[in-house]
Amino acid sequence: MSPTSTAKAGPRPARIGSGSGSGPGTGPDDGPAAALRRSWRKASPYAYIAPFFTLFLAFGLFPLLYTAFVSLYRVELQTSGDMEWRGIANYTALFTDEYFWTALRNTFTIGVLSTVPQLAMALGLAHLLNYKLRGRTFIRTAVLLPYATSVAAATLVFAQLFGRDFGLINYVIGLIGVGPVDWQTGTVASQIAVSTIVIWRWTGYNALIYLAGMQSIPHELYEAAAIDGASRWRQFIHVTLPGLRPTIVFTVIVSTIGATQLFGEPLLFEGSISGGISHQYQTLGLYMYEQGWGFFHLGRAAAIAWVMFVLIVVLVGVNALIARRRARKEAGR
Amino acid sequence: MPIARAAKRATARLGAVVLTGALLAACGSGASPDSSDGAGEEVTLTVDLFGSFGFKEAGLYEEYQKLHPGVTIKQSDTQDEADYWKSLQTRLAGGGGLADVQGVEVGRIASVTQQQSDKFQDLKAFGADKLKGQFAEAKWSAATTKDGKVLGLGTDVGPEAMCFRTDLFQQAGLPTDREELAKKWSTWDGYLELGKEYKKKAPAQSAWLDSVGSLYGVMIGQEKERYYNAAGEMIYETNPAVKTAWDTSVKAAEAGLSAKLDQWSPQWNQAFAAGSFATIPCPAWMLCYVKGQAGASGQGKWDVAKLPGGAGNWGGSYLAIPRAAKHKEEAYKLIEWLTAPEQQAKVFQKQGNFPSSTGAIAKISDAVDPYFSGAPIGRIFGDAAKESPVQVLGVHDQNVMQQLTNALSEVERKGVSSDKAWETAKKGVANVTG
Repeated sequence: MSPTSTAKAGPRPARIGSGSGSGPGTGPDDGPAAALRRSWRKASPYAYIAPFFTLFLAFGLFPLLYTAFVSLYRVELQTSGDMEWRGIANYTALFTDEYFWTALRNTFTIGVLSTVPQLAMALGLAHLLNYKLRGRTFIRTAVLLPYATSVAAATLVFAQLFGRDFGLINYVIGLIGVGPVDWQTGTVASQIAVSTIVIWRWTGYNALIYLAGMQSIPHELYEAAAIDGASRWRQFIHVTLPGLRPTIVFTVIVSTIGATQLFGEPLLFEGSISGGISHQYQTLGLYMYEQGWGFFHLGRAAAIAWVMFVLIVVLVGVNALIARRRARKEAGR
Repeated sequence: MPIARAAKRATARLGAVVLTGALLAACGSGASPDSSDGAGEEVTLTVDLFGSFGFKEAGLYEEYQKLHPGVTIKQSDTQDEADYWKSLQTRLAGGGGLADVQGVEVGRIASVTQQQSDKFQDLKAFGADKLKGQFAEAKWSAATTKDGKVLGLGTDVGPEAMCFRTDLFQQAGLPTDREELAKKWSTWDGYLELGKEYKKKAPAQSAWLDSVGSLYGVMIGQEKERYYNAAGEMIYETNPAVKTAWDTSVKAAEAGLSAKLDQWSPQWNQAFAAGSFATIPCPAWMLCYVKGQAGASGQGKWDVAKLPGGAGNWGGSYLAIPRAAKHKEEAYKLIEWLTAPEQQAKVFQKQGNFPSSTGAIAKISDAVDPYFSGAPIGRIFGDAAKESPVQVLGVHDQNVMQQLTNALSEVERKGVSSDKAWETAKKGVANVTG
């Protein structure tokens, strides 16, 4: 609706409003308009945020609740009209489903394999970028490039690199006499390969966040530390790390959520929705996809989706709790 | 299109999108209809397919539009059949966004006739009955429901043969004459024996066979009853035919005859040109795939011989009309024309998809393929098509096959014992169907 049409439609309800006691000092002519302006001023913030909440209700909350509803039924996509009540059976079945446990374990191990080195490397990278370097802006932009690459493109390239027969990585390790590794088939090998893609994509992103955090640490602290004779490494341990704590908590939480939802990289790594021939790198996200869109068991997929949701909430809660406890301990010192 | 099986894997799909996007775009701009004639009623027919049915490539849409002024055909295409099927299922469930003509792969046709017969148009309403004699019996009966509704017209079938590399055979001191080979490997045991001979003198890094998955797939294509019996019960656990195909594949894996490649994976694709394997079981639609992967340098190095162990069929597709289609009558006219013998023969000449229409098979019986050393593909595949068993199809055919080949890959690539892999396969199937 255009502003003019609002004004035209406005007077009627506004006049009613002014009849029930409008503010003092308003003339008979501009009174209704002023009242309208006032009520608009009160309402406008809600109007401005309304689009987000409307969209959130339609595409966020409703699907969330509907997924919960669907997870209580047996629903197959091909015959989606016939819903059969299962209660919590979709959930209890997961406890005896060995594929679910495999996926959960894989999600955890791939999560650790990718998140820990990723954040450690990002921290080191940020520390280096924080020095005065030639072409600093260029380098800082460059570390973000992997993040700008699409998952699909990056994963396809990595899948080639990790190829068993013609892959570059096997060629290079072959030069130093290490036999060819079947990166797709071995459990550890495939998980390392998938983690590598994740690390490559996200390290630069986290490094920039750390860099921003580092730059908010007062420079005087470093100067004071330097005067006290602290080495660069000591400065990093005793000035940078404590100053970065909130930032680190943030990246840990974001990475945890990302790791729990890991999907694109394992899906495209070999193009297998089972996460390899023995499910060796199938994550929870991939297992949900396999159930829902590979086998069309929508009810079961919905149950997995909810389990993942709860899992993420719990993980984030634990993270936040630990962070708060540490912060309190620090404050108590 | 069975080639879409090829693209079962997401990697293939994304690879195609990323790498050949420009190529596809070029193909897509081919049919620009000028419907300014205005003669009769203006109709835009939408056709939604997967893989490559070859209609556009063979110029059939343009021809049809010339024959029927006022009809405009718009085709949309998904490279990966699994993706296509997902989106079709979603739209059928929602009842919207369906095209006038939808393609259906043979591995899915049982799902259509058994689970979704109320969502597709019975083509008998338009007089499809009179076409029955025109199609191979197996093709026709698979798209017919128990109560006699006809839900799709067949486009192509997948008669099976064996493709082999003459240059590698020569290097290993094996005969390269396709007739002589057909005699030597008249049985699967003969094929494996020849493989062991090949292995002794073969060039380095070259295996006899691409993957035990393809061996299993082509063997199971020779059987009438596979995972389901005629009554619709799942019988794969006790079916001796499945057991035989499984055991032969395990034997090939344990003898180290396979290149341990995962079908449809990027590595498998690379191996065609690299000469990593000397033979590959090939349904008719695989010829086009081999040409695409092995490229121009493979010209004349390949040949086609009769399949060991008798005739079989792997793959093939249908055209169906959803109930929710806008122009059902016009759509029927189109699919009747597209699946007529003349048109099927044109698609075979252009694309290699083997016709499902018996009339078309007669038309192409003397076709030869220069890429495959001038092999008489019209005769080889024609004979196979005639002798192929009428297969019993089930709702979960595709999924059961996937689980079994996955388990076979464990034997092939990880050295898992046959018994253990079989247990894995059973668990996998239970997970799919449960």
